[in-house]
Amino acid sequence: MHQFEINRFLKLDLFGLDASFTNSSAFMVAAVVIVLGFLTLAMSNRSLVPTRAQSVAEMSYEFIANMLRDNVGKAGMRYMPFVFSLFVFVLACNMLGMLPYSFTVTSHIVVTFALAALVFVVVTAIGFARHGLGYFRLLVPSGMPIIMLPMIVTIELISYLIRPISLSVRLFANMMAGHMLLKVFAGFIVSLGFFTGGFVPFLATVAFTGLEVFVAFIQAFIFSVLTSIYLSDAVNMHEH
Amino acid sequence: MDPEAAKFIGAGLACSALIGAGVGIGSIFGNYLSGALRNPSAAPGQFTNLLIGFALAEATGLFGLVVALIILFG
Repeated sequence: MHQFEINRFLKLDLFGLDASFTNSSAFMVAAVVIVLGFLTLAMSNRSLVPTRAQSVAEMSYEFIANMLRDNVGKAGMRYMPFVFSLFVFVLACNMLGMLPYSFTVTSHIVVTFALAALVFVVVTAIGFARHGLGYFRLLVPSGMPIIMLPMIVTIELISYLIRPISLSVRLFANMMAGHMLLKVFAGFIVSLGFFTGGFVPFLATVAFTGLEVFVAFIQAFIFSVLTSIYLSDAVNMHEH
Repeated sequence: MDPEAAKFIGAGLACSALIGAGVGIGSIFGNYLSGALRNPSAAPGQFTNLLIGFALAEATGLFGLVVALIILFG
């Protein structure tokens, strides 16, 4: 489909790797610029009684900070910059994708998988840095009969290793399926003709667009919630 | 059977994962509502969990959709 196609704007070849500047990269840059610009502008002249922009910036920060505090506890606040940037980046990419004629960065699994792999590597590194080899105890639930151990450890290991896949596929599938759904319903309007029944799919398209804006936000939130749940595993192990 | 036809049937069957997603989303929102009506003061505190459950259930169905797309275009 046209809306998922990647076009090269600027051909670039780095040591045999295709590192061209594409429309995908353009929208990623746009997302980062919008977020940075908004947060900097909103917080540039801070006041005790916040302006509208400042309170939006503070609300988004508080939102993620509370979520992180609930899930990980005080020790998790060190990782606030990481989780907050993930949330804001994914949210900006999802929302930019809702504009007509734009490109949804997160509807490509390569992008979401890179993000999820980053989360996986960071979380695993934090776990080993904090607990050393004791981090492997995460795979062994407490109070487990010895005879069950081989099976449980295998299952826990698989479920640990599958995390980046489920994290990335969830975001990618939601964004792609949503945009395809909109496209399919928009196609019904044309094939039915607007006045000969086409207004029904038209109304559905309007409703689904609202749902997609909601899903774009929810998926960004879920991405950061799951990141913080994984962080909680790495920081607190079982005793949280 | 024509392999091309089998491909389409398989892709259609893979979409039945959405049955589970529908049941899951319905049960999450239904249970949230019945809980919220019993104890409305505790409801806002559980809204985040509701959204997490919704997204997790929806994603499981979408995995089936991804499988269907892989069968069709992979």
